[in-house]
Amino acid sequence: MEEGYAKETLTTVPQLGSKERNDHLKARIGLDRMGHRVRPGLYAIGAPERTSPVLVTANYTLSFDALRSSLTGRSVWILVLDTKGINVWCAAGKRTFGTEELVKAVQATGLASKVEGRTLILPQLGAPGVSAHAVKKDCGFKVEYGPVRAEDLPAYLDTGECTEEMRTVRFTLKDRLVLAPVEIRNYRWWMLLMILAAVFVPFYGPLVLAMTLGGIFLFPALLPYLPGKDLSLKGIVLGVLLVTPFALYQLLFWHGTFVFAAVVAEYLLIAAWLGYLGLNFTGSTTFTSRTGVRREIFTYILPMAVMAILGGIAVVSSLVLYAGWL
Amino acid sequence: MEIGMLDLQPPEKGKALNTLVFHPGRCINCGMCLKVCPHRVFAPGERRVRLVKAEACMECGACQMNCPAEAIKVDSGVGCAAAMIRAALKGKDGEECGEECCR
Repeated sequence: MEEGYAKETLTTVPQLGSKERNDHLKARIGLDRMGHRVRPGLYAIGAPERTSPVLVTANYTLSFDALRSSLTGRSVWILVLDTKGINVWCAAGKRTFGTEELVKAVQATGLASKVEGRTLILPQLGAPGVSAHAVKKDCGFKVEYGPVRAEDLPAYLDTGECTEEMRTVRFTLKDRLVLAPVEIRNYRWWMLLMILAAVFVPFYGPLVLAMTLGGIFLFPALLPYLPGKDLSLKGIVLGVLLVTPFALYQLLFWHGTFVFAAVVAEYLLIAAWLGYLGLNFTGSTTFTSRTGVRREIFTYILPMAVMAILGGIAVVSSLVLYAGWL
Repeated sequence: MEIGMLDLQPPEKGKALNTLVFHPGRCINCGMCLKVCPHRVFAPGERRVRLVKAEACMECGACQMNCPAEAIKVDSGVGCAAAMIRAALKGKDGEECGEECCR
């Protein structure tokens, strides 16, 4: 693909086909992480006139495609910034979706000579990187912030206004679960090991696989329902809940003093492990602040480390008791 | 947004949950913060906006960036433990979000 902003005006359509679906699937499972890019530049969708609105987005395929697929039957301009293939929100954090890049895109595409309007409509989630009054000062275009989600664009374009609902970030079950496939890819070798363990190691194989899947799927799914505000605590609670059926099984059907040590070890290790996974999920959510996460790290890291060490001691005790009991 | 290993300082005791500070005296009631905040931390008011849900602030920095009157201050940054822990362990090299991470 050519580098930099296209000088000529490009065209696109609202329809997505199998090529896009394939690309989105790959992006969702974390394949070719940096390859989901769109050529930066000015695009025409439909048959826009010189007075049609100009919408701004990132050059990540999921961002660009979400935008254009919401514009069926509309004629508008789309200005795609060079965010290095990163979505609007994350790019705004890194300032690649930012004041400077926006001004650069306006100039590189010759926007002022291609459209008559002097308003740019940005996604609201681009606002952490963009200073509207600075853009106005630097290139003469006025920045308007549209809705958070592209699906609300038709309503926004019709009324010129956003409802409170359209301005609020959500974190729905679907939003949370769509993150899971990337986690599977990140833990792929661990997952493979766990699946093998589940097949070949009785009891502990399935136990550890259940905890892995619990961390990847149940944690995000149950996030709002797990008690507490801190994600570490939510993880610890989930760990305790998930270990309990295994522990009950052991207490009922296994015999010997070693069982008690084994159960204690499982509770401590799994709670610490899922607590740590919970802590690491903070960056995936739509609501944690840096100050809050810093406080959470300092509150939980030490207790979780102590739990892990005590769990290790319990494992050794259990093994010693088991050997002695034989 | 900086992640930075020096961030791993213990938070001060008794401090608010976040670093958001609003100076109502400077507010010109332009309403930009109302538009950009993803968690509806501000609400419209008669002569100036009102800070109504400070605890919901995630320190994204959008309000500060778009306030032409400099009435809002927030120490913006990424609320991501994975990035902070990596930055603390690796020093300088850890300051970027990883390849495998947020896109």
